[in-house]
Amino acid sequence: MSLVVPDGTGIDLQAGVPPSAAAAPARWSHRHLLDLDVVSWPEIELVMQTTDAMREVLARPIAKVPALRGIGVTILFYEASTRTRVSFEVAAKNLSADVVNIAASSSSVTKGESLVDTIRTVEALGADMIVMRHATSGAPYLAAEHFGGSILNGGDGWHAHPSQALLDLYTIRGHLPGGPNLHGRKVVILGDILHSRVARSNIWSLTAAGADLWLCGPSTLLRGFDRWAAAMAAVPGHGRFTLTSDVTAAVRDADVIMALRIQRERMSGGLLPSLREYAARFGLTLDRLALAKPEALVMHPGPMNEGVEIAPEVAVHPRSVITDQVTNGVAVRMALLYLLAGAAGRAREATGG
Amino acid sequence: MTGRQIMTADEIRRATIRISHEIVEKQAGTAGLALVGIQRRGVPLAHRIAEAIAEHEGVTLPVGALDITFYRDDLSLVAQQPLVKGTDLPFDLNGATVVLVDDVLYTGRTIRAAMDALVDFGRPQAIRLAVLIDRGHRELPIRADHVGKNVPTSREEIVRVHLAETDGDDSVDIERVVGAVAEPVAR
Repeated sequence: MSLVVPDGTGIDLQAGVPPSAAAAPARWSHRHLLDLDVVSWPEIELVMQTTDAMREVLARPIAKVPALRGIGVTILFYEASTRTRVSFEVAAKNLSADVVNIAASSSSVTKGESLVDTIRTVEALGADMIVMRHATSGAPYLAAEHFGGSILNGGDGWHAHPSQALLDLYTIRGHLPGGPNLHGRKVVILGDILHSRVARSNIWSLTAAGADLWLCGPSTLLRGFDRWAAAMAAVPGHGRFTLTSDVTAAVRDADVIMALRIQRERMSGGLLPSLREYAARFGLTLDRLALAKPEALVMHPGPMNEGVEIAPEVAVHPRSVITDQVTNGVAVRMALLYLLAGAAGRAREATGG
Repeated sequence: MTGRQIMTADEIRRATIRISHEIVEKQAGTAGLALVGIQRRGVPLAHRIAEAIAEHEGVTLPVGALDITFYRDDLSLVAQQPLVKGTDLPFDLNGATVVLVDDVLYTGRTIRAAMDALVDFGRPQAIRLAVLIDRGHRELPIRADHVGKNVPTSREEIVRVHLAETDGDDSVDIERVVGAVAEPVAR
């Protein structure tokens, strides 16, 4: 061990953790994290600041702090996942939490146990926090009604994936040339919007950040979003977003292009003519990337279907921050676990429990 | 609330200079010394002590900043979740004599957390403690090696340290909180 804080980690302590950070008096007030629709912009800023501190922890020779010692975190995934599940697990372990992993495919769920029974069982076994993924939209809301601790939504159906949206925002702010302020910057989410919980959560955070948000995809995969876009103009703290099926118009002069996976497992008949036609009409290719700003960022929440929604050479393009998204995922999830644990602790204090 | 000043700017300056001499005297020189300020007001104090040592010894000591937020044993107890201010230790702790610097020594829990945090970064040869104010009421077997001023207090009192770098002026005040429980850590 020579240098304690290694150089070249890309962490600028001065910029990342300003000494005047106390100027942001925001405080996390939510016991659960189910979606970003109820999270205010100052709270999102607090997550970003806390993530800076977690990145500093990750750069230490021993990337582990005792902040969540004695806190039981159960990771309960009813759907397949690699990066989200592992990233939450690593995050919880870095904070010294006691982590239990439950894969629904090998649990009593296969014997017919209901979600509510599973939640009660997990609570009785000592969980303080549950990170949950479920194929049904809204399942974490049901779980939250029956759980005394905190629920973190790790993705529910088509509905929400708040930790992904926050790590996307953190990655954009860290890499956007011209600084982290997203106000007026053009961000394009391209692809299968209809089935995407990532897109839905990103709509909340990116409009709160003031971005000029565009959603682009085949009209069959934008169904219903026109009403949301119209209603959003009236939501305080958020702004409009634009819908289009014209890829050229969408990517032109974009600051950020986020390609989404075509969710073949969720495609019912008639939404797409064929993957080949989709790739030709909507895939993020080098030619389309060339229409964006020269320094535009390329993102993808993964897992990628290379050659469908994103060309292989775009995925590994110098402007791609796809691997940074994965790296930042751990730090963002550490920040979320830490902030939720604090809010849950304060709630216990207040009720004398 | 009623406040009264217990240290003026001049007294803070003199105490800081005296501590800087004591640190060098105890170490019989400056070899291996490093200063680590505890966020938030320990950091400017550590820089002031380093400047004083640079002045009278002609040696610039490394100065670090330590955020102990993740090491606190009262995550659920703090009314306002502390904002993380960042740790920056730009030197090798292994074999160094680290002088922790903080503004107020009270229960000792902050210092316990700081020692836990420090040893995660390496194995210092020794850890010492310098504080501007020792107000008593220790809950852990911890004592300071260098103290600016010993102030007998009651638990109902709050010691407020103001430093130009963080608060605009230099002063230490003591306040009695009427009908309220004192903060767990005097800040």
